[in-house]
Amino acid sequence: MDIGRIDQVIDKHDGEASSLIQILLEIQSENHWLPKEALDRVSERLQVPMSRIQHITTFYKAFSQVPKGRHEIHVCVGTACHVRGAQRVLEALEDATGLKPGETDVELKFSLETVNCLGCCALGPVMVVDGEYHGNVAPAKSAEVLKNYE
Amino acid sequence: MLMINSPAELEACRKDILSKRDPKKPCITLCSGSACHATGSEKVARAIELEVKNHGLDVEVDIRRTGCHGFCEKGPIVVIYPEGICYLKVQPEDVCEIISHTFKEKKIVERLLYCDPNTGEKATFEHDIPFYKNQERLVLGLNRKIDPKSFEDYMAVGGYQALSKALFEMTPEEVIGEVKGANLRGRGGAGFPSGLKWEMARNAPGDVKYVIVNCDEGDPGAYMDRSLMEGNPFAVLEGLMIGAYAIGAREGYVYVRQEYPLAVSNLAEAMKQATRHGLLGKNILGSGFDFTVKVHCGAGAFICGEETSLLMSLEGKAGEPNPRPPFPATKGLWGKPTNINNVETWANIPLVINKGAAAFSALGTEVSKGTKIFSLVGKVNNTGLVEVPMGIPLRDIIYKIGGGVPGGKKFKAVQTGGPSGGCIPEALLDIKVDFEELTKAGAMMGSGGMIVMDEDTCMVDISRYFLEFLSDESCGKCTPCREGIRRMLRILTDMTTGKGKEGDLELLEELAETTKGASLCALGKGSPNPVLSTMHYFREEYEAHIVHKRCPSLSCKELINYVIDPEKCKACGSCFRQCPAEAIHGGKKMIHEVIQEKCTKCGTCLEACPARFGAVKKISGEPVPAPLSEAQRTMA
Ligand SMILES: Cc1cc2nc3c(=O)[nH]c(=O)nc-3n(C[C@H](O)[C@H](O)[C@H](O)COP(=O)(O)O)c2cc1C
Ligand code: FES
Repeated sequence: MDIGRIDQVIDKHDGEASSLIQILLEIQSENHWLPKEALDRVSERLQVPMSRIQHITTFYKAFSQVPKGRHEIHVCVGTACHVRGAQRVLEALEDATGLKPGETDVELKFSLETVNCLGCCALGPVMVVDGEYHGNVAPAKSAEVLKNYE
Repeated sequence: MLMINSPAELEACRKDILSKRDPKKPCITLCSGSACHATGSEKVARAIELEVKNHGLDVEVDIRRTGCHGFCEKGPIVVIYPEGICYLKVQPEDVCEIISHTFKEKKIVERLLYCDPNTGEKATFEHDIPFYKNQERLVLGLNRKIDPKSFEDYMAVGGYQALSKALFEMTPEEVIGEVKGANLRGRGGAGFPSGLKWEMARNAPGDVKYVIVNCDEGDPGAYMDRSLMEGNPFAVLEGLMIGAYAIGAREGYVYVRQEYPLAVSNLAEAMKQATRHGLLGKNILGSGFDFTVKVHCGAGAFICGEETSLLMSLEGKAGEPNPRPPFPATKGLWGKPTNINNVETWANIPLVINKGAAAFSALGTEVSKGTKIFSLVGKVNNTGLVEVPMGIPLRDIIYKIGGGVPGGKKFKAVQTGGPSGGCIPEALLDIKVDFEELTKAGAMMGSGGMIVMDEDTCMVDISRYFLEFLSDESCGKCTPCREGIRRMLRILTDMTTGKGKEGDLELLEELAETTKGASLCALGKGSPNPVLSTMHYFREEYEAHIVHKRCPSLSCKELINYVIDPEKCKACGSCFRQCPAEAIHGGKKMIHEVIQEKCTKCGTCLEACPARFGAVKKISGEPVPAPLSEAQRTMA
């Protein structure tokens, strides 16, 4: 992500330090992770010390300081999904990708994450790949879904 | 008409909109909330547009994409007006038939109707379906009538009447009086009386004040806030503006969790349109009242739903809670008086103002008025959002509306109140659901998650689950919460993995007391609740785990084994072929066997075994039968 684009995001929020989280969220969502150069730029422009930025990026789960895969898999482990077998779905996906939650493979193909509820509780277990929702997934079906991604 | 500058113009605009609408004109509506996206409503929508065009019906038929109807289990849902014919689980390939049959030939497509699983009886209309019939959908009901991105739709169902009434016919004090009189209690957790809170903020000294919508909805298993924000953002905004007027605020914030992208975009669109019509901004309806709103996205932290943490997060900081008092009402955002309410609370405000306190509080119990939306999920037939009057028996929600537990399984408990709530057993199903009764039963109202559990759900595992969630989400600022949760979690993890010891229950109770008493915020204070309530009602399950290393629900992986009953195995080879761990000892005409050393306990064999054989089973707390010899395995 180039500095020009980061500046655009910052300008959109009028360079307000109180918008720090919103700015980081936008960079995260566009770039899928927060490179050190981006954080340096944000720190410089908003005049917020790096220590505070680090505190924020580690406190909130949405942020990642390491590159993410091309495809992000989110498995819901919220209560409704838990009682309907989300754990087994997660295990099937761990098997299929060789990843543990929070990890990304070396080819940067998949990142596996757990989330605590996607608000589709009626359809549990739920998984989301690149923003596409899949409801009522059985363990075998969940691994099947991944075959559609290159 | 663009800018609306007075109550008279508002009504003229409404009249104009309604005059252009013919209630008899056919209209096809499709629900388009997040859950329906998951079941393919996007494709259905495209199919409808295409078919309507192909049949040359674009002028004669309206198409409306609405918010969530609540019956998510059966989505996507298509309702056809003016008749109100309700089709469930509609897929793109059904659309052609719907258009040609129902629109052209006025016939019903039987297979898409609701079918009662017990009687086999079909229901053509929404109001005949038991799931809807037993609800009172005062707040959620509008979702299915309007396109959340249409200002005109909201106007057509009476939108902004309450705001206009508040601004022109009531003083701020009268508005607060009405909310107090209605006895409206916060829907976000603690059930604090909203009118009192508003009054505190109004009376707090200061010129600058803020109002905030809490749409962080962190309780896993609850999603009514998402549905309201996605399905009817105008109503939430209208409620917020009435509150702002009452308190004396000119600025508001909506704090939405980032997991809800559709809620954010629908809200943004509603704000844009409201602004265009002068229903946000300066001098609203010519009343002299100014109001603007900003949207702030959460970044994935459960604690940010707690109001003091939410404020920290809004200020761009890490969302760590602060001790109260001072309450936000006196010292909130940027140190100014601030009023925070939950989405559902705000959505109730227009209702209170339109109906009046007396009519609003006619529904409900002595201490809890109006309706509450619950998210009925887990092991229940009709999962979805249900809105019921306060005081309805819990049993009615689960059986009359929810249709009971699927698959002939036995009901075990219902969990309410999220990670600070508790589990209610069968014996208490007849309690009336309101703030006090749920608390008395050891659970709480919380935000309205209701997770039904059946005989396969292990209560020890559930309490371990909640503690794991909370230990992840504890911000770590105070020691009792951070360490207390961690230690309780370790004990429970030991129990579920067969390492429980005598004395663990007493130790848990002791830790629970300390954590409850000494934690800084409600996350820590409430964290022992799931443990205490399950220990109270299901102590024997805990004891089985500790003493006999047995999981009575056959759920804790470390305590169970999969075995094949030699009497029942027909050597069909299903389990052998599907086992991902190659842990089945198979062979033609050989009784199959699970190789315990290789088994990962994924359960695939149990599902693979044809139901008519039912040879695979789980055992717990008993020895695994010795492997058979080759001779014993050979079938006759
Ligand atoms: C750990 C924790 C999480 C909370 N999460 C939420 C939430 O997600 N949504 C919400 O409206 N209130 C939540 N609350 C309650 C808020 O602190 C606050 O009481 C509520 O937003 C007030 O609104 P109400 O009076 O309309 O209920 C939470 C409280 C705690 C302690
Ligand atoms: S619990 Fe999984 S979507 Fe809500």
